[in-house]
Amino acid sequence: MKTRVLIVDDEQEFVEALSERLSLRDYDVTTSSSGRDAAENVAQYNYDVVVLDVLMPDMDGVETLKRIKGAKPLTEVIMLTGHATVETAIEGMKLGAYDYLMKPCKDDELFDKIDKASAKKAEHEERIREAKVKEIVSSPRSVLSS
Amino acid sequence: MNLWRIIKPPFWDRGEAAPGTSHHQFDYRRIWKLAVILTGGVSLLPLIVITVVNYTAMQRAIESEFQLRAVRIVSNNRRAISFFLTERKAALDFIVHDNSLEDLKNPERLANILADLGRSFGGGFVDLGVIDASGHQVNYVGPYRLEGKDYSGQEWFEQVAEYGVHVSDVFLGFRKVPHMVIAVKGGTDVDSFYVLRAALSIRPFESLLSNLELSGEGDAFLINREGVLQTPSRHYGDVLGELPLPLPKYTPQTQLMEERNAAGEELLIGYRYIEEGPFILMVVKKKKELMKPWDRVRLELIVFLLVSATVILTVILGMSTYMVRRIQVADEKRVATLHQVEYANKMASIGRLAASVAHEINNPLAVINEKAGLLQDLFKLKKQYEHDERLLGLVDSVVASVDRAGTITKRLLNFARNLEAEVEEVRIEEVIEQVLGFIGKEAELRDIDIRLEVPEDFPPFECDRGKLQQIFLNIINNAFAAVEDGGHLNIRVEKKKPDFVVAIFEDDGCGIPEEDLARIFEPFYSTKTGQGGTGLGLSITYGLVQEIGGHIQVKSQVGKGTRFKVYIPTRAVGKEERV
Repeated sequence: MKTRVLIVDDEQEFVEALSERLSLRDYDVTTSSSGRDAAENVAQYNYDVVVLDVLMPDMDGVETLKRIKGAKPLTEVIMLTGHATVETAIEGMKLGAYDYLMKPCKDDELFDKIDKASAKKAEHEERIREAKVKEIVSSPRSVLSS
Repeated sequence: MNLWRIIKPPFWDRGEAAPGTSHHQFDYRRIWKLAVILTGGVSLLPLIVITVVNYTAMQRAIESEFQLRAVRIVSNNRRAISFFLTERKAALDFIVHDNSLEDLKNPERLANILADLGRSFGGGFVDLGVIDASGHQVNYVGPYRLEGKDYSGQEWFEQVAEYGVHVSDVFLGFRKVPHMVIAVKGGTDVDSFYVLRAALSIRPFESLLSNLELSGEGDAFLINREGVLQTPSRHYGDVLGELPLPLPKYTPQTQLMEERNAAGEELLIGYRYIEEGPFILMVVKKKKELMKPWDRVRLELIVFLLVSATVILTVILGMSTYMVRRIQVADEKRVATLHQVEYANKMASIGRLAASVAHEINNPLAVINEKAGLLQDLFKLKKQYEHDERLLGLVDSVVASVDRAGTITKRLLNFARNLEAEVEEVRIEEVIEQVLGFIGKEAELRDIDIRLEVPEDFPPFECDRGKLQQIFLNIINNAFAAVEDGGHLNIRVEKKKPDFVVAIFEDDGCGIPEEDLARIFEPFYSTKTGQGGTGLGLSITYGLVQEIGGHIQVKSQVGKGTRFKVYIPTRAVGKEERV
């Protein structure tokens, strides 16, 4: 299954180029140009990884991150910072973001981090599945009640 | 002038056009000069005036005292001499009137009278003669054979005949012994008068005058009105010699005059015309001798003036120099502080500028990066360009350049960032050793001698280890860039002030020219241009040192080396204190 990636950045050119490159690398890419849009997207669809710019005009990165994590806690978020916003990035990581990268970032690093984040999410989901399986095995009724 | 070299204040030669002079509020030379002149004038002028007044007053007092004393001596002795003469004249007068000519012609009687005179008046009367109106000596008693002498026609005899009395000068006469004569006329008729003539020795005058205790090599003697000495003098010749001084003018009182003797010495002369005889009493003193006590007083005065003036001047010079020096030190401190604040402000502005520039550039860089990356991807995917090395190379170099630009903007942000210090207890020698561990390889390869001196048991303190490491790393890197292969780097750590630790890095490298020294902490200021330096190392170091609440100083001499001093506070500064 393709890794589903959502790219959130107000810089249109950046979003386009990055999404095309990710598509070429066989990722399933969606783009959002604002935090609000991204939050709606996340609520509607399932993504494995969100690449989120920290500094955006309408809704700032941390707020967007909170919404994303609120809607889909398992979705991993990689934060991109362009300014002296390492602090924001750190705050974001405390709020559950997977990692951060300074713009301009090396492509390999980004792809690597996306893969790792996706793997982490997959592993996470795998464990949840296993737990569910155990639960079903030990008490099949609970499946119905949930 | 040697004296000037001693008293010259240390700030005198400070170049007037020193850089940054505009910051200095004071002209130290002017203040110093003003202080010295004003206090010197105010304290020395009254002293000098008082001393001069005192000097003249004392001189006058001493002079007038001597003059008074001379006058007193003269008038006292004049009285004695006058009395002596008057007494003898009176005695003779009495004898003449008490005895008839017949009595006086009797040699026995005359001898008795002479003996009586000698008994009553003491020494003085040498002989007695009686002369009749024709001028013949008709009777004589005394040690000389003078009977029958004819005095007619002699001036004194005519004077006696006319005025009734005559006191003569001192003269040698027939007997060749200095003496004087008092003659008194007896009888009333013009033709039958007679004269009693007594010769007096000058010994009584001599003893009177020579026994005087006179200060100032003084001399007291009698002269007659022609300036011939009547008694022996100590310094001006013997009896009947010519007095080598001008004859004083006649006045009825005791008078003082000033003269010079043959040797040119100043003399103080007191004199008095004696009305009872043809004499002038003179007391002569040497002024130089008289003023000897004054000389001592004068010397004392002058020495006092000089000593006190010297002391006052020394104190004034010392005080002025000290005070102005204090002003200068305070002023320099103020300027240094001002400079530091200005510098910190400048660095802060540069930091803000750098941060915003970095941010603005980072976004387009990210776009370029992605576009170039996309190009790379497309080239690799499409067979058409897969083997076009030239195009691939172009794109690669775009990506590499973006990477380089990104590194620079990241460092700029590093310089400007404002992170919370992560404070922990650190041992400074550990930190330095770690840093030396990173770059020990380079030192080994280049044979650079690194010496680290940290006092035993240097107490650990609270600081941000990471920043400290980066600071030291940057400075040591910088030193490595400056020294030749085989150079030296000394690192010392000292405790300075209660709250600061100083880390001193001394290298013997190429040094930094003075004009560059002021700018080395600015971003993009690099001497390693074209050798891979970004010019950000020291500016980042500066920012880091500021962040930990310390400061950094640099001293350098071209060709001799550079010394960085990093002052690190031992109590970590919280973020809120720093703002």
